Amino acid sequence: MTRLGLALALLVSGSAFGQGFGGKLILTGGVSQLEGAAGGGLTPWAVIGGYGSRDQIGANAWYSRVDVDDYTLDAFGLMAGFYDRLELSYARQEFDTRAIGAALGLGRGFTFEQDVYGAKLKLLGDAVLDQDRWYPQLSLGVQHKRNRQGAVVRAVGAEDDSGTDVYLSATKLYLAQSLLVNGTLRYTEANQIGILGFGGDQGSGSLEVEGSLAYLLTRKLALGAEFRTKPDQLSIADEDLWWDVFLAWAPTRHVSLTLAYVDLGNVVVADQRGAYLSVQVGF
Amino acid sequence: MRILLFTLLLAATPALSQAPVPNPAPAHPELRAVLDEFGGMPGLRALMDDFMVILLDDPRMRPFFENVDQQRVKDKLAEQFCVILGGDCVYTGLDMVESHKGHEIRHADFNILVEDLQIAMERRGISTRAQNQLLAKLAPMYREVINK
Repeated sequence: MTRLGLALALLVSGSAFGQGFGGKLILTGGVSQLEGAAGGGLTPWAVIGGYGSRDQIGANAWYSRVDVDDYTLDAFGLMAGFYDRLELSYARQEFDTRAIGAALGLGRGFTFEQDVYGAKLKLLGDAVLDQDRWYPQLSLGVQHKRNRQGAVVRAVGAEDDSGTDVYLSATKLYLAQSLLVNGTLRYTEANQIGILGFGGDQGSGSLEVEGSLAYLLTRKLALGAEFRTKPDQLSIADEDLWWDVFLAWAPTRHVSLTLAYVDLGNVVVADQRGAYLSVQVGF
Repeated sequence: MRILLFTLLLAATPALSQAPVPNPAPAHPELRAVLDEFGGMPGLRALMDDFMVILLDDPRMRPFFENVDQQRVKDKLAEQFCVILGGDCVYTGLDMVESHKGHEIRHADFNILVEDLQIAMERRGISTRAQNQLLAKLAPMYREVINK
């Protein structure tokens, strides 16, 4: 809660300065994806988070909850965007195994926790304003992940309890079509984004593809879909791609709400589908 | 021959040999249907009346507009949008560098103005799709408009 307090203090001070903050168009900073980067709900975009334009800084705090058949995932974090060029983020994920934990001998409600430290640098382009150019906004990002249940993830077959993802994201808003398109290439060693550790008996790292499409219903409301492929490195449990269909709404530039139907596929147990809800506050 | 002379003249004149300022009102006949949705030139004039009220009411935008000839700004914007949307109009204003010279305009200022324009279009009931088709033609002008 002190984190939220800090974010609210930042928010209030941001509003007080008025002209010095919030110079980006509404929703164009994306929302917060599960690992803390600005993007859709599951995948990072090339945009820099927060509402700071090229002369400003922006920041936000967020909380997301994924509630699928046998698990819940709570994630929250902080993100700051500097001069529409550099984004720094921190995210905490808490993956509650509920009854499955008991079946696996971990204990009912056993929870995997992970910290994710992220950075994203815009390389070129402007996803929103360069409407007369063919090339997208391109950004390079890293996500350093530290799983807090090292002994358990090694016991299920992971090689390591920490790892670093590197990704390249391309995002372009086709404004005349009201359509945002994103593609991300990610090198990762993570099993289930790191919740089950890094590397395994069937592999230790691969290049994965992620994509998002979003249609702007209004300037404050977007309907979209995303997917991300993932490695499959643990022989004890197949891993599937994740996808979702989402509705993101920003009633003001200080708040956004994202609601999604998400399919995580097989996570030790098959067919994990359910709801995704995310709230972001910032400036 | 005249083209060759003109080219030589351009090359010999340092100020002119730099990249020319893009046309502030490139015509897009394919957007004629969008102009119809805006209500033609009368609709654009009404939009500009609303837009200027919103700009003057926005403390972030008021400093840019309170001491200018507001009627002229509205007239030139209506002409510019009309030409861009394929209308039978003529743009009689300055290019986008010249017309913004008297002000220090940052990225944030540009985006806040776009947002105020979106609010004005929303209030006139123009669809998001039509709004975005116009904004797609205006957005690249940020390169000339932003001068700070």
